[in-house]
Parts: sequence; C-alpha cells; structure tokens
Amino acid sequence: MSVRVYDAVVVGAGIVGAACADRLSREHLNVAIVDRGLVGGGATAAGMGHIVTMDDSEAQFALTRFSQQLWIELRPELPADVEYRQCGTLWVAADEPEMQEVIRKHRYYGERGVATSILTRMELAELEPKLRPDMAGALLVPEDAVIYPPCAARFVVARAEQHGAETFLGGTVERIDNGSVLLTNGTRFSAGIVVNAAGIAAPALTSTLDIKPRKGHLVITDRYPDFVRHQIVELGYLKSAHSVTADSVAFNVQPRATGQMLIGSSRQYGADHSQVDDIILSRMLRRAFEYIPGLARTSALRAWTGFRAATPDKLPLIGPWPEDRRLLLATGHEGLGITTSLGTAALLADHVVGRTPRIQPEPFLPARTFLEHVHA
Amino acid sequence: MPDQVQLRVDGKAVTVPAGATVAVAVALAAGFCRRSITGEPRGPVCGMGICFECRVMINGEPHCRSCQILAEANMDVRTNG
Repeated sequence: MSVRVYDAVVVGAGIVGAACADRLSREHLNVAIVDRGLVGGGATAAGMGHIVTMDDSEAQFALTRFSQQLWIELRPELPADVEYRQCGTLWVAADEPEMQEVIRKHRYYGERGVATSILTRMELAELEPKLRPDMAGALLVPEDAVIYPPCAARFVVARAEQHGAETFLGGTVERIDNGSVLLTNGTRFSAGIVVNAAGIAAPALTSTLDIKPRKGHLVITDRYPDFVRHQIVELGYLKSAHSVTADSVAFNVQPRATGQMLIGSSRQYGADHSQVDDIILSRMLRRAFEYIPGLARTSALRAWTGFRAATPDKLPLIGPWPEDRRLLLATGHEGLGITTSLGTAALLADHVVGRTPRIQPEPFLPARTFLEHVHA
Repeated sequence: MPDQVQLRVDGKAVTVPAGATVAVAVALAAGFCRRSITGEPRGPVCGMGICFECRVMINGEPHCRSCQILAEANMDVRTNG
C-alpha cells in the first residue's frame, strides 16, 4: 500500500488540532489533518465556547491571555457563523469572603495588564437583573468573549486547507510511531513530525500519557433574548474545577447570539459513559437556579455531555514528547481548549521552526510529566 | 362562571367561550402564534403540548404553549409576528 508523505500529520481535528494544522501550514509545512469523526466534533462541539482569561496559575494566565489576544487578532477574519461576541465575563461573588476574592482577582489581572472592574451589589443588579439580588458583587472582565466552537474549528481547518493542508476524515488512527501514522483502514502516512491532538483519545496513541476524561454536562434553553447579557460564572467555579476526585457542579451560564442560553457546569472523573446523568444534571440546574431563580421557568431544549482531556497538574501538554523524537503533543486542555487552542498552536509552531515563543513554553512541555515521576 | 372570556392578543381585544385555550383566542385574533427564525408562520400542530409550535408570550412570560393554557379574563397574549 502506498504511503502518503507530509511534513506534518496532525491527529485530531478538534479546535486544537485544527489550530495546529493551520499554524503549521502557514509556516509552509505540507500538512495532513486526520480525524476519525468530524471537524470539531468531539469536546469542541460539546463545550460552551468561552474565550476566557483564567488565573488558576501564572502559566494558565499567560497561556489563556496570550490565546485570547490571538482570538482578538483573528476576530476580523472570523465568519459570522463563529458568532464571536465580546460579552465579557462576570465572576459573581455570593458573599463577602468571595468579594475579597473579587478584589484579589482585580488586582492580579490589573498587575498583568488586563483591565477589569469591580461591581457593587447595585451595579451588578443593574447589569444582570435576573441574578438573585442579594449577591455581594462581581468582577467584570470585559475582553472575555463567546464563540460557537464547531464553526470556529471548521473555519480554522478551511484556512489551513487554503495554505495547502489536506484533511482526512473518517479514518481511525491505530498507531503513531516515529513519524509514521497508521490508520485502521490501512492508510499509512509518513511525516517529519506528528502532532497528537486527539484530546481524550490521545493516550490510546501515546500510551504513557496521563490524561483522564473528565465528564461535563450542558443544557441549552429556548430563545430568551437579553435574559442574561454576560457569561456569568460563580467565583466558586475554580473550587469545582480544582476538585480532583469528587463530582462537582458550578454555576456557569452563557448567552448565545440566538438568544438561547447554555447552562453549566459539571465535572466528573471515572464516568466513562456519555449518557446524561440525571442526578448530576439536577444538581447542576439547582445550582444555576440558586443564582438565577428565573432560569427555573425557562424551557430547556436539550442536555448533553462531553469529555474534557484532564492532566494531573491542570495544564495542557504542548511540545515534544521525549519518547518519540518525531512526536509533538497538543492535548490535555481540560475545559479551556477553545481559548487556548490558538496559543497552543503558536507555541508548537515556534518550537517547530525554532523561533523564540511569545510566552514561556516550559510549564507546558510534556517532559515535565517525567520529572514528576522522578520526584514522586 | 361567565360564558365568555375577554382577553387581548397583540393588544387587540378578543372574546372566546369559557374553557377555550389561548390557542383559540390566538387563532381568532392573529391567525398564527409565532414566526420561525426563517420567518414562517407557526401555529398549533399537535394540540397536545408536544410540538411547541404554538408558543406565545402570556403576561410577559415567553414560550408558553397556547394549546395547553386556558384563556383567562384580561390575559395579555403576544405573538412574535
């Protein structure tokens, strides 16, 4: 059987793989994108599409902010169906201790060049009248935005194709080995570099990777234009995202361009079935109703689940994989892959062409997982 | 219980027999309940609360299924057409 030869083969056509393929093809590499399903069909289609700067760690802040700036640069080129809207994020404080966190966050972002504003109870009630009126206040991050991720992935793949990339859908990758990519249908690729951007499927191809699927639920409502105007997230969200073992829910609601709302969020390890879990779903919705009681009277159209690719240290794996000199990783983005896809692709491309990256790549290098084993 | 109920559909007064659904009032007053996102007129298809095609706003609350709600005196019903 003939072998297809490329400079780079990207495994995975989610938003991360799409962005990597686009970036590498614009570096004049001859690129193939391979996915067993659709473009943007996995976690990319299941998530909310929140372009958000996060401050869980310095590294996370650097990557999310850098990526957000790349989205802002890309915005004029995005087609209308990507529905990029700069609605801002409201981090809502339910009580005074959480209000202290608002102040800390405001200072942290400000010291790093991101303007935010602290809202009092009254100002918050004016901006989002459907929120329970006894909230302590909120932090508004005005540059945060929302997009419709599957269309964003499709746009990014189309742009890669304009630069000569070729897309192969419907074939499952069986093996990646030293620049060779073998599909279960017998197709074989040979490449100078291979990028494993397969999300939760990444460990099936790179066996020693420590990535676990972390299940999430979302609900979409009927159209209620202006019911909420910002992406609204409870400040306790990070507590939920942090919890390593227990199932957790956190209030997170997003207005869509259609007037619909996405309601989240949940996080579960060890739940490998994609069925909607009624108990988690009702916990998640009860949490949302605590913040916005009126949501309980809206109609939900659909609930679904997806799986985030979670790493133990909550940072993605971006860069060369020490066990295979032709293999690069771009996976493990947990709930931030839509935001961080563009930064990931930029870091990866900088590595490939030997350019100085715009943010420090070290915190994301896959080699760190080996160091952890040594110290453990 | 009165034999007739008067309510408003898109601001227009309409009278229906007591026990009639809001869908009846809408049919008399407006002809259809809503427009789809592509602009097509929509109205009650199933008449039993399943198809959601007969949604209207009632007293400020959007997406009410008019085939499942009885007309009441002084209701303010809005189609989006």
